[in-house]
Amino acid sequence: MPTDHYLILSFALFLIGTAGVLLRRNALIVLMGIELQLNGGNLALLAFSRQLNDQKGHVFAFLIIALAAAEAAVGLAILVGLFRSRQTINLDEATLMKR
Amino acid sequence: MNFNLGLIPLLPFLGAAVLMLFGRRWTRDTVFIVAALAIGAACVVSVDAFFFQLPDAGGAGLQDVVTTWIATGDLHIDLAFRMDALSGVMCLVITFVGFLIHVFAAGYMADDPDYARFFAYLNLFCGAMLVLVLGDSLPVMFIGWEGVGLCSYLLIGFWYSSTANADAGRKAFITNRIGDLGFLLGMFLLFNYTGTLSIPDISGAASPGGPLMAPLWLGQPVAFWAALFLFVGATGKSAQIPLYVWLPDAMAGPTPVSALIHAATMVTAGVYMIARMHAVYLLVPSVMAIVAIVGALTALFAAMIGFAQNDFKKVLAYSTVSQLGFMFVGVGTANFTGGIFHLVTHAFFKAGLFLCAGSVMHAMSGSGDITIMGGLRKKLPWTHAVFAACWLAICGIVPFSGFFSKDNIIAGAFGTEIYGHDMAWVGKLVGVMLLLAALGTAFYMSRLYFLVFSGDETRAPDKIKHHIHESPSIMVVPLVVLAIGATVIGFIGLPGGLFNHPDANLLAHHLEAADIHEVEVSHGLEWGMMAVSLAVAAVGILLAMVFYRGGYKEPARAFAAKFPGFVRLVHDKFRVDEAYDFLFIRPIKWFSRGLYNFVDRIIVDKILVEGTGVLVDLCARLARAVQGGDGQRYMAVFAVGVALLVHFASQPTLPFTKLKVTQTGRGVEVDARRGKNAPTRPLEYAFDFGDGRPVVKGGAPEQRHDYDRPGNYTIRVTITDSGWRTEDTFKEKVEVP
Repeated sequence: MPTDHYLILSFALFLIGTAGVLLRRNALIVLMGIELQLNGGNLALLAFSRQLNDQKGHVFAFLIIALAAAEAAVGLAILVGLFRSRQTINLDEATLMKR
Repeated sequence: MNFNLGLIPLLPFLGAAVLMLFGRRWTRDTVFIVAALAIGAACVVSVDAFFFQLPDAGGAGLQDVVTTWIATGDLHIDLAFRMDALSGVMCLVITFVGFLIHVFAAGYMADDPDYARFFAYLNLFCGAMLVLVLGDSLPVMFIGWEGVGLCSYLLIGFWYSSTANADAGRKAFITNRIGDLGFLLGMFLLFNYTGTLSIPDISGAASPGGPLMAPLWLGQPVAFWAALFLFVGATGKSAQIPLYVWLPDAMAGPTPVSALIHAATMVTAGVYMIARMHAVYLLVPSVMAIVAIVGALTALFAAMIGFAQNDFKKVLAYSTVSQLGFMFVGVGTANFTGGIFHLVTHAFFKAGLFLCAGSVMHAMSGSGDITIMGGLRKKLPWTHAVFAACWLAICGIVPFSGFFSKDNIIAGAFGTEIYGHDMAWVGKLVGVMLLLAALGTAFYMSRLYFLVFSGDETRAPDKIKHHIHESPSIMVVPLVVLAIGATVIGFIGLPGGLFNHPDANLLAHHLEAADIHEVEVSHGLEWGMMAVSLAVAAVGILLAMVFYRGGYKEPARAFAAKFPGFVRLVHDKFRVDEAYDFLFIRPIKWFSRGLYNFVDRIIVDKILVEGTGVLVDLCARLARAVQGGDGQRYMAVFAVGVALLVHFASQPTLPFTKLKVTQTGRGVEVDARRGKNAPTRPLEYAFDFGDGRPVVKGGAPEQRHDYDRPGNYTIRVTITDSGWRTEDTFKEKVEVP
């Protein structure tokens, strides 16, 4: 199977994730979008790793999975904090950076 | 040769600096002592230099190179001073008369609240004037030239709380600026063609076959235009037609200033400059003729205006303009000694006259209106005696100084041979004009004398009359010294020819050493001119006596009644100021107003300034829309940015889409090399030429192939990147004949 196909899938995953991050207003869905983006990246790393017959790509993918877990933990913690202070996780109401 | 000439201007400069820094806290006596010491010490140094050092120094005089001022490329200018006979005489006059005027001012300004500022400016002026005369190169001279202009401006507007005084100061400054432009242009021209700005070097280059005789414009040589431009500068500083208008207004300054700056020293700078640059002027007799004619016209014109002025200082101001005209005729007829001689005598008698004016105005509670004076001879005996001596000197009565110098100039004008055969009439013409001007001088000065001093009754109101008193001795003593000078100084310039002894003319003897000559005239002409000018002076005095002795006499009234229009016109100074106002000032004002209303208010204020504001506001509105504080929108912008970045960064690295195929008969050459952006990794090339022969593998990216028979073939080149495991295949069709 040529590398192209993996890359196309990887790009599709990343785009879906990006769309989720940019378009959805629910913070939980945004976090899920970020996971999708990371996984898209992972898939690309693995595809190249396979093509170049090199194991470094796998190592990076593991690192990213660990990072994604940590990010999810921190992100969820922020969400809880946000919900406590505003009683909502709708991002349209969380425009705090304006001030 | 190492004599320290820099000290001469430095002393007054130091005095000025010290007075400006500390003068306000000192008592008046301290201020006066510092100021007088500064100028007095400069006088002593000048005397030492002139009488004890200069005689041993030879023709080039003393030189003092203080430091290098400008050294860039071909241009090298030293801050250097030079004293030869010419600048030495000027130094003596400036420091000596300057010292006397400092002393006088101590009395005259005694009640002025700005005593220290006055003396600081006066010292500053003396320093600048000394730089002007001692400067060894034109730029150093120009520093002094501008410095005296600045001091003149400061001192005319000394009592700046009155608008008229401030306006007079500005008028003097702006008029001088026009002249200074001429000075600068002349300087640039000389530098451009001689490559030097040092006065001795320029004089050395000024020879009939030298660079200054190259034709420049309108068929005239460089020297013509340089001399003419320098003369324009001289007309500004020395108040000649057409730039004389500032000097009468300059009388708004304190009287000692009028005496020092606007009579004795600064206004003679133009005459001095022409004498200094005489080597250039002598190359071009046509410019000399212009100088002489302008001088004679000014002498005559200003003397006429003097007939009908009723302000003491205004009469003296026009008299100064007129006498400066005499000096310009002197230098313009190549009678440089005569011009400088008259400059020296004039410095004494005109300073004396102005200080008398100060003394009289002091007595008259500040009024200078001569129509309310009269009979002051008995009330101000000392002032009267001094004024009388100076009056006889300016009228040209033997043996007072003015007689000798004025006679020298007039005789020189008739006797000069500088203009050659074709323009010989110029000398005669200016000579006759000067005789008429001398007649006018005798008349208006006598009118002044009789209206102010003669008679028994003062025409002033009782309130002023009550206070008339002789000035204190600190004012009288300088007056007396100046009067003695005005009486005897003429003997330094006795016409040498008359005594069959060339050294009888001390001044000419000295100036000869500095290569400055006088016009030699025959004995007959000398005696004749003496008689004629004496007669002219006597006629002028007698006429004024008939008209004005003891007040306005019947003939004066009758004349005024008969020609009221003419008298009015003369009284209004021929309305030259009004003409200038109409011709120059108002058009400039209209133009400026137009510029203000259109360029400044519309283009600059509205479009540029407010336009910038509107533009920034628009940008800010756009930027604010982006900065919504919404993280998702930021992310969207970020994503778009990254997408664009990736798009541009990932342009294909293969710069060709077609193989490069060159056909020569049945042979083809195929070039499959990639362009400069290609990866540096090793690539493998496989060439299939499509004629059934084996594929060429693993060779160079260029291959040659010869087909056996004609036909259409397809060339396939496969490029393999073993590192990336990619393959690209390019095809190209060839038709082999």
